[in-house]
Amino acid sequence: MTHPYSSLVESDRVAGTLYTDPALFEREMDRIFHRTWVWVAHESEIAKAGDFKMAWVGRRPVIVSRDRRGGINVLLNRCRHRGASVCETPKGNGNGFTCPYHAWSYALDGTLRGIPYPEGYEDVVEKKDLPLQRLKVGSYAGMVFASFSEDIEPLEDFLGGARLWIDRFMKQGAGYPIKVQGEHRFRFNGNWKIQLENTTDWYHFPIVHRSWMASVDAETASMLSIMTDESAVTHALGNGHSVSISVQEHADLDVDDGTEKLQDRFSHIVEELSKDKDMPPEKIRRIVRSLHGAGFNLNLFPNVAMSMSFFRVLRPVSVTETEIRHVALGLDGGPEIVNRERLRIHEHFQGPFGFGSPDDAEAWNRVQRGVAGGIDMPILVNRGLGREKPNDLGQPTSHATDETGMREAYDMWKRMMTDGN
Amino acid sequence: MATEAPRTEVELPLDDPRALSAVSLIWREAHLLDARRYDDWDGLWAEGGEYVVPIDREATDFASRLNLVYDDDRMRRMRVERLTGGFSISAAAAARTVRSVSRFVVTGREEDTIEVCSAQILVGYKREETFVLAADVTHRILFGTDGPRIARKIVRLVNSEDAVTASGFLL
Repeated sequence: MTHPYSSLVESDRVAGTLYTDPALFEREMDRIFHRTWVWVAHESEIAKAGDFKMAWVGRRPVIVSRDRRGGINVLLNRCRHRGASVCETPKGNGNGFTCPYHAWSYALDGTLRGIPYPEGYEDVVEKKDLPLQRLKVGSYAGMVFASFSEDIEPLEDFLGGARLWIDRFMKQGAGYPIKVQGEHRFRFNGNWKIQLENTTDWYHFPIVHRSWMASVDAETASMLSIMTDESAVTHALGNGHSVSISVQEHADLDVDDGTEKLQDRFSHIVEELSKDKDMPPEKIRRIVRSLHGAGFNLNLFPNVAMSMSFFRVLRPVSVTETEIRHVALGLDGGPEIVNRERLRIHEHFQGPFGFGSPDDAEAWNRVQRGVAGGIDMPILVNRGLGREKPNDLGQPTSHATDETGMREAYDMWKRMMTDGN
Repeated sequence: MATEAPRTEVELPLDDPRALSAVSLIWREAHLLDARRYDDWDGLWAEGGEYVVPIDREATDFASRLNLVYDDDRMRRMRVERLTGGFSISAAAAARTVRSVSRFVVTGREEDTIEVCSAQILVGYKREETFVLAADVTHRILFGTDGPRIARKIVRLVNSEDAVTASGFLL
């Protein structure tokens, strides 16, 4: 018998109810966000022992912490006693977490360390039985993921074909490790999958972002002449992941045939770095070529994208509400002038007052409003079906403006929503 | 000159005509922003003016960290162009805003500048939704030969580190 959810996703279209049905949303939280690997942090955010940050796995609040042995822990932010959150500091450094209600205290790895006035618990409670709930943790190339599922497949298997692109994305460090430099946060009134679709959708870019295109120099704009660039392609990477290459010559930043002219807008950086005797011209060139980040957008199902020079993290809040974080990246230990320039590039596009994000959010809001007005009509994800072919790795490949990435994500969605019962 | 929100009580020096002139300019600015008269708004600025909406409310070194807005003259003018050029779908569908600016205190006075801190409450409306943004605002007003101009404006939103709702308007 066909699964009742099967008909919601076909190879070229998905049902409008995917954005509007609260019962589907509940099932997504259970079947997708609380079972698979969900991105929670970059290791640079918890670099030192005692460092922690708050995060979310689906709708469940968690704490990501670095313990004294250097281990990374992801803990449900819920006291085992009466359920209060044990941490409300977005990020910081400490020895552990103490519930404000009755002062049950937990170590950085979630171990229950202390219960005040323990007399009432003699022969009732063993501390070792009541740690904070620990999630399974996996880390790849500094990207930290967590799962509520104990028997989930290894993270490396889940990332599969995306690993090559994660490795390439990190090359924007130009020899330095990548570090988080801050983040913008905003919400839009729409379903999380509207944003999931967006990352490898270059079709919208020159249309939605006309005002941003008008504000950057011609060199930057021409780098993004995607509509007519045949080398701009999207690959479906399996398990819902996809990559969309916008600037082929920056797909692997270690590869440089020397023909690319450095952008004039960065000449002040070349001049400044050239004053450093330890900075050979080839290293300066490598750094400057990396200033916009990687030349592609990588979408990791279900909640994180690695785009140009930032992570885009989505958090489903409700069936019609999603929070977005745009995490700015820099070079850990790299030249200050370079990191500042990357911050300015990030501010220019991202965030609630950027030149790009508000236009994206407006488009996503409009999708949610329009879909609700024609709930029986399908969402089309069929662009490029006729020109989609496998690449030499067998990955379905089409033009960067095609909807190959969305089809890959919805294929995974369907698999997870219909597996088993 | 101090740029933080005042920690001690400071009066609005009514005997200093520059204080009233600064407050008048700040009110005029609020009016122009609510009316989305961005070209006129740009005319209120001194050359080299700095317009900042930080994420970290305690920050004073804005260049070394991520901000919501960190504009020099060039970026501010591009921002005006974006909001008035007709290419931005969020600007075309911008929320209506009504803001009040009050609780003025003078936190610094020099020969040619005066610094005024204030509270700004902005009520926005868009598509059946009404929302509020509150901020501490610091203006540095420069008194040059062509009258008072904004040399620096820092808008510290109360929720700057949280998810901020913004929809095609300026603070």
